[in-house]
Amino acid sequence: MWKWLHPYAKGEATYRLLGAWLPWLSALAALFVAVGLGWGLFYAPPDYQQGDSYRIIFIHVPAAMFSMGAYTGMAIAALIALVWQIRTAEWAIAAIAPVGAVLTFVALFTGAVWGKPMWGTWWEWDARLTSELILLFLYIGVLALYYAFNDARTGAKAAAILALVGVVNVPIIHFSVYWWNSLHQGATITKFEKPSMPVEMLTPLLISIAGFLFLTAALVTQRLRNEILKQELHRPWAQQQLGVEAEHGV
Amino acid sequence: MAFDSWQEAIWMGGYGFYVWLSFGVSLLAIAILVVHGLLTRKKLAAMAVQEQQRKQRLARRQQQERAQRKEKGAQ
Amino acid sequence: MNNASTWQLLSAIMRRDLAVALRRRSDIINPLLFVVIVVTLFPLAVGPGPDILGRIATGVIWVAALLSALLGSERLFRDDFLDGNLEQLVLLPAPLPVLALGKISVHWLLSGLPLVILAPLCALLLKLPIDAWGILMLTLLIGTPMLSAMTAVGAALTVSLGRGGALLSLLLLPLFIPLLIFAAAAVESTLVGTSAYGHVLLLAGLMLLTLTLAPLAVAAAIRVSVN
Repeated sequence: MWKWLHPYAKGEATYRLLGAWLPWLSALAALFVAVGLGWGLFYAPPDYQQGDSYRIIFIHVPAAMFSMGAYTGMAIAALIALVWQIRTAEWAIAAIAPVGAVLTFVALFTGAVWGKPMWGTWWEWDARLTSELILLFLYIGVLALYYAFNDARTGAKAAAILALVGVVNVPIIHFSVYWWNSLHQGATITKFEKPSMPVEMLTPLLISIAGFLFLTAALVTQRLRNEILKQELHRPWAQQQLGVEAEHGV
Repeated sequence: MAFDSWQEAIWMGGYGFYVWLSFGVSLLAIAILVVHGLLTRKKLAAMAVQEQQRKQRLARRQQQERAQRKEKGAQ
Repeated sequence: MNNASTWQLLSAIMRRDLAVALRRRSDIINPLLFVVIVVTLFPLAVGPGPDILGRIATGVIWVAALLSALLGSERLFRDDFLDGNLEQLVLLPAPLPVLALGKISVHWLLSGLPLVILAPLCALLLKLPIDAWGILMLTLLIGTPMLSAMTAVGAALTVSLGRGGALLSLLLLPLFIPLLIFAAAAVESTLVGTSAYGHVLLLAGLMLLTLTLAPLAVAAAIRVSVN
């Protein structure tokens, strides 16, 4: 009990807790992603309009969902870091941002590749693609600010403020981009949104979404563990975790 | 199975290139993230070992100096 | 010690900021010259035909305004940070967000307001139809306070870095996108003969939201940067 409350034990306890979760999260992620994508690729029926090209949806939609979900998670971590001054929350910002950035990149890339057969061009100023691009810039901004400072603590706090400023702006940016898109190309229908989906397509999509949820959680857990170790490298418990015997020869 | 053969599954009704390109690049990007995490841990372990060796060297040096001082004191 | 009220402190700081800024006029004039020069470059790059210039005029003027806001942002807190005034600001017996709003207002007076006055010249150079001049100035009048407030957030975050220039634009430009979209749409709708009322109201709402929240972020960022 006291050890839990002791501030020096905090990093260690969190590290161990995350360590207990990581194998389960990884296994679930691998299972659900494999089943969802395999089903989507080979067993789901082709779309009557888009043929087999729609199969990109099984990776594009989950990635887009969790690219935004990760930003929300990062903003929550930022709020906790600023209000309660919890250092684990500061490190969580650095753990979530790269994962979110990669998910955003995946959503952007798959969207662009999908656009080639659908719209005949690699890049279309479609509302969802545009707002994903801006989201990528926001992620890069948070990461750049986090690592710009010599003092890690200052960098984390500055990045936390930026993440909160960003999360207020994300809905506004999202709305404005969708509105701008409807203004300039009202005729183009967003082909990502399907009004209704048959069960044979929806089931693998939902499995894939669950898989990406576990995948995001596992990736963040892995990076957060690394971040805790990095910040507490000089503490004996961290050195023990990294395979150094503290008693040896001293 | 929505396809009659593996060739057809790879061909994807003419969209194979786009489908496989997006799946491949996506999985590659996620794999790079995982590997980067593992490498970071390895680097941290190397740093920890280095730090420990430095501490040991320092301790040994201090011991030697103490011993030398003792010898000088004895002379 | 002295019992100066928040308002006295605020007005003292604003007067001081104005005096300091007016001593260094080049810092005020250079971003404005930058806008005029950028506006001059476009006809040279895309050709002087009124059809193409008129179409891109709003966008060019607004993008130039965004970039010039970034150019002038360093002087918001840099000198105060270097000579220790920023720390004094934190220690004053007045809410820091209010003081931040004061600094933002002075910055707007010296960077945003001149830009609004300069807008007709730019519109003339870019052959924007004269019916749209009023609405262009109105969007600038509503939008530039937002620019000042957002750049203040970015400047406060990066003030202790020394070389924040490129980083600052990376942080801020994505956040300017809604402003750019609505301002351009307001002018556009006037050009095609529909009412710009809705867009202007949206912009005004965004401005109020920004001016409410940004001082809080600036205050938090100053606290982080100072220690």
